[in-house]
Amino acid sequence: MAKFDLNDSSVVVIVGSGAGGGTLGNELAQKGVKVVILEAGPRIENHDFVNDEWESFSQLAWTDARTTSGTWRVAKDFSGLPAWIVKAVGGSTTHWAGASLRFDEHEFKVKSTYGNIPGANLLDWPVTLAEMEPWYAKAEDKMGVTRTNGIPGLPGNNNFKVLEAGAKKLGYKTVHTGNMAINSQPRDGRGSCQQIGFCFQGCKSGAKWSTLYTEIPKGEATGNLEVRPDSMAVKIEHDAGGKVTGVVYADGTGAMQRQKARIVAVAGNSIESPRLLLNSASTMFPDGLGNSSGQVGRNYMRHMTGSVYAVFEKSVHMYRGTTMAGIIRDEAANNPKRGFVGGYEMETLSIGLPFMAAFLDPGAWGRSFTSALDGYPRMAGMWLVGEDMPQETNRITLDPVVKDKHGQPVASVHFDDHPNDLAMRAHAYKQGAAVYDAVGATVTYPTPPYPSTHNLGTNRMSEKPRDGVVNKFGQSHDVKNLFVSDGSQFTSGAACNPTLTIVALAIRQADYIAGAMQKREI
Amino acid sequence: MREVDRRSKHSRRVFLKGAATAVPVVAVATSVTVSIEDAWADDATALSPATMKTLLKVARDIYPHDVLGDSYYITAIKPWDGKAAKDPAVKSLISDGITRLDQNARDRHKVAYAEVPWEADRVVLLKEIEQNDFFQKVRGDLIVSLYNQKEVWPRFGYEGSSAEHGGYINRGFADIDWLPKA
Repeated sequence: MAKFDLNDSSVVVIVGSGAGGGTLGNELAQKGVKVVILEAGPRIENHDFVNDEWESFSQLAWTDARTTSGTWRVAKDFSGLPAWIVKAVGGSTTHWAGASLRFDEHEFKVKSTYGNIPGANLLDWPVTLAEMEPWYAKAEDKMGVTRTNGIPGLPGNNNFKVLEAGAKKLGYKTVHTGNMAINSQPRDGRGSCQQIGFCFQGCKSGAKWSTLYTEIPKGEATGNLEVRPDSMAVKIEHDAGGKVTGVVYADGTGAMQRQKARIVAVAGNSIESPRLLLNSASTMFPDGLGNSSGQVGRNYMRHMTGSVYAVFEKSVHMYRGTTMAGIIRDEAANNPKRGFVGGYEMETLSIGLPFMAAFLDPGAWGRSFTSALDGYPRMAGMWLVGEDMPQETNRITLDPVVKDKHGQPVASVHFDDHPNDLAMRAHAYKQGAAVYDAVGATVTYPTPPYPSTHNLGTNRMSEKPRDGVVNKFGQSHDVKNLFVSDGSQFTSGAACNPTLTIVALAIRQADYIAGAMQKREI
Repeated sequence: MREVDRRSKHSRRVFLKGAATAVPVVAVATSVTVSIEDAWADDATALSPATMKTLLKVARDIYPHDVLGDSYYITAIKPWDGKAAKDPAVKSLISDGITRLDQNARDRHKVAYAEVPWEADRVVLLKEIEQNDFFQKVRGDLIVSLYNQKEVWPRFGYEGSSAEHGGYINRGFADIDWLPKA
């Protein structure tokens, strides 16, 4: 395994090892580029994951201090936990459910398609679906996405069967067990899904794609990739010419280290990535590194989300088997006649009893609450995930008071739902309940959004430098050798889960970076 | 469908703490007396036994599950005594919270909270204080300390960790048999 010197200024330093960073690191390593990945969290291999929600949360979740504000309910119920994401090697690909969907064509062109929506800071992506298609194909092959590349779909579990029966009764057409980056048959040295459940707690069998046991070891095997766990980036440095020169990070002992770099790619998730850029402000970049547009940290998106749980007369045991292998896609199209722009997906979801108690209706108590929990074994559940509107005022800023253990200001997350988000959620709750009512639900529960798992948009792509932070390759408009490689590049959020697009963009970015390095452009 | 055995397998060890441990569990389970039930609260050091017993009532009233015996709620609230022993602020949070609740109960019903006979009346008293720190802390703690007990899970038909059993691939992940034909 490679070990690079702190003073080796020929390496690409990537901050973060998740879907964006882990993929970029391996892709570059495969092309012969030397890479150091700085990962804030520890390296926990998949056999050490635990099938226990709270214990796993302690093991994997990012629980360092963050603050919240805004009218979203998460700020009230989970004021210190705006996002449920991971601090460990593999990042949130350890925790993700595996849903791997391509954007629709119009979802790259939201400004042109939706027009002027008051309060929304809409912008077309500087890339199109046609440009992305070959990269999506590479990502699907890499991740082993079901229903692509001749890979069969996963078998439907009990929770899916309820969803499917209700959807068909309602007349929905596109209903299946999803496009999942979970092996339905052995592939790429990993076995097939054992229907363990606990997809969110890290896949113990390794059937679900995660950079932890795919991209990262493959990259390491080339001798070109070094992953440094327990390494929290605190500042990106630059020279007098305005090019970045390295990353200062706190190692496992808390000591500050400086890794020199030829290129820096930031992939720390849409909360930490803008935080790092803002914390890297200097005389030359007084508003934060790469922030001449003022857009760093803005346009924070977290998807319109919500869940519907329904209780039936007889048992469902929704927790058995793959958490999210089930989807209804009929509401994903843009159909403004429904009273909102954009669309949403309906995907099976289950959480165990401990998290159901915590998330069903945070703060609730008494008999109406316990009656819902008494129905747990007879419950089916779905997650509603749809496009939310980018708003300039939804943003990550540096908290003026709270600092982390390294003395760095923590991220403060402000979010208000846009009226379009609220209209979409109301529609989705109604349709979700109708699916279950169609097969005899005795009661349905609309469940508020959980702490954000899809964090997007805070370093967005734009054609013009004044509209965003990075260009179509995730390269900073201001700093040529600075890249953004995670979901914070997203110009808009689309209806579907973001990971496939993050991976496709990372593969494409690796191609661009390696080419530019070869041509000595950076 | 493979159903989950939801019968209680609780050892009632919390009742037995301080009692004769040689007594066969089966024998005790059918002959739990009031004095043994009370014994758990007498173990408390920082908080008074009366406070602990009222806290038990409060816990039941916050998250009433008629299928669960007191033992699960006792397990959930007992750690407050240890926390109170370590931190005077916690001690006064709980003691003062219970004192106020008892006072409100006496004003309204002439008896302490735990003696108010009907749940509906006690819930009204809890409603009055649901915004205060005492209630919020106790409720917030319970949501984990009650529902995260592995012994509680089967009572709700939840099977917990599955990887060591090979997942559900051969254990009923798709055994639902009552749906209309799709």
